[in-house]
Amino acid sequence: MKAIVSIENLASQLVTTFWTPVFVGIFIAIVAYALWPRNRTGFDAAARMPLRED
Amino acid sequence: MTSPPSVSKSMTMGEAGLASGLGVFAYVCLFAAAMGHDTAFTFHASLATAASLIAVAAILNRYFARPTGLPPQEIGGRPNYNLGPVKFASAMGMFWGIAGFTVGLIIALQLAWPVLNFDLPWTTFGRLRPLHTSAVVFAFGGNVLIATSFYVVQKTCRTRLAGDLAPWFVVVGYNFFILIAGTGYLLGVTQSKEYAEPEWYADLWLTIVWVTYLLVFLLTLVKRKEPHIFVANWFYLAFIITIAVLHLGNNPALPVSFLGSKSYIAWGGVQDAMFQWWYGHNAVGFFLTAGFLAIMYYFIPKRAERPVYSYRLSIIHFWALIFLYIWAGPHHLHYTALPDWAQTLGMTFSIMLWMPSWGGMINGLMTLSGAWDKLRTDPVLRMLVVSVAFYGMATFEGPMMSIKVVNSLSHYTDWTIGHVHSGALGWVGFVSFGALYCLVPWLWSRQLYSLKLVNWHFWISTIGIVLYISAMWVSGILQGLMWRAYTALGFLEYSFIESVEAMHPFYIIRAAGGALFLIGALIMAFNLWMTVNAGEAREAEGAGVLQPAE
Repeated sequence: MKAIVSIENLASQLVTTFWTPVFVGIFIAIVAYALWPRNRTGFDAAARMPLRED
Repeated sequence: MTSPPSVSKSMTMGEAGLASGLGVFAYVCLFAAAMGHDTAFTFHASLATAASLIAVAAILNRYFARPTGLPPQEIGGRPNYNLGPVKFASAMGMFWGIAGFTVGLIIALQLAWPVLNFDLPWTTFGRLRPLHTSAVVFAFGGNVLIATSFYVVQKTCRTRLAGDLAPWFVVVGYNFFILIAGTGYLLGVTQSKEYAEPEWYADLWLTIVWVTYLLVFLLTLVKRKEPHIFVANWFYLAFIITIAVLHLGNNPALPVSFLGSKSYIAWGGVQDAMFQWWYGHNAVGFFLTAGFLAIMYYFIPKRAERPVYSYRLSIIHFWALIFLYIWAGPHHLHYTALPDWAQTLGMTFSIMLWMPSWGGMINGLMTLSGAWDKLRTDPVLRMLVVSVAFYGMATFEGPMMSIKVVNSLSHYTDWTIGHVHSGALGWVGFVSFGALYCLVPWLWSRQLYSLKLVNWHFWISTIGIVLYISAMWVSGILQGLMWRAYTALGFLEYSFIESVEAMHPFYIIRAAGGALFLIGALIMAFNLWMTVNAGEAREAEGAGVLQPAE
């Protein structure tokens, strides 16, 4: 029983403690990567991947 | 010392290992069948014995029939794609789709006319309902996901599927799980967790199959010839990993006996409810959404012959979905014993999900930029695009219903059923149909038998969906309002049975909608059957021509 209670606490701690800013930070980094001007050519090529035939 | 080049063939480790492993398994299951405590368990153990023996025979047969070497990775510098398991899963998807829609129609008719329960335990609503949900979600949807994932990962990585027997083990083993789960429901075997009804032994089997699926997919990614991992593969991978985690989290059960079907779950009380809806909602989020979004990101560009509208948006779409969805589950437990903070958390994250959902929808729809005219001439593309529109509609409605005050009206009513089916029939169903209409001609190198029949399928099913969801909206809101109506003296205005009576006409309309949807699927099955068996061989026309596998 004790283990179950601590899992619930873990969940509440996940959202109330430092994990929130950590996740937000990771997400912002991903958005920056996606929007970085230098990555544009690579992504434009990737967008055409389904169209390529072999 | 050099050994002479061997000309005699020998079994691979996989062939020998799997054949002997299944042989031992058949032996164990035979004992389990003989000593089983209940009929259902004995029946399932017998099925497992028979299936294992058939599988051993199939492995040996394949070994004796094959040339000395395994199929090459490449033929003439081009990847030698492994399409056998993809064909199998596509065919099973179509089969289970028909089965699942039929059972859905039966239970819809049972709600309208309860006499159709026939007073037999095996045909009651309570047993047929999980049969319907599992057949459409896991059997139909699951086979379509496995088929398309195995196809897309090979094509976008330009490499043959990893493993020799492993992909076959995944598709056949998964369908054996479906068989065990489905027959179990009819025999009354259930752990009473929605969308996770199968008992402990079916869960264990699924775990083995699913881990193999994950390994096949991952190892195919590892040996890819393309440096970039296409976004559809990210969605597929998220689907496979998350379903594994959800399945393990929601199903830690202790069997009463290892020779019986009954088990008890390790979680108790509200924790069990929390785990159940963490699982349940993420089955929606990662099985019915992430997996089918992968289909959207590959099949819509391919069919429209246009690149993905914004690849950057697809990356943000993916990660936003991953970060948000996992927290949305508690909205299934509003106004219950679940702590308030968890309910509010579930509601907040559900509302935030609007953004990635609509981002994804816009990305799918806008992929048609420059190809909108094809909607007029290509009913397959129309099906794919309408599915994305339904995705947008269902993901607008879902967050709205997760708001606590809206939920106080909608919860436990038919509104929920309507919402689920606008997602299931409109989004998951149509995107799967569209994918199969593309995939079957590609796999068998045939022309699609009839586009006209696709058009009929599209319109009949669309009318069916509209009938279904509008009937359930009206019925659900009516129900919710009747339940909360008070008289001037503070008494409840309606008895429960009066609300049931009021729903009767809508239940008939819903059944009619379901019947239309089933008719559409039957037309599709005929069309695909004719494509494979009587279709014209495909000309080398550039798009979608594949080298035959093996």
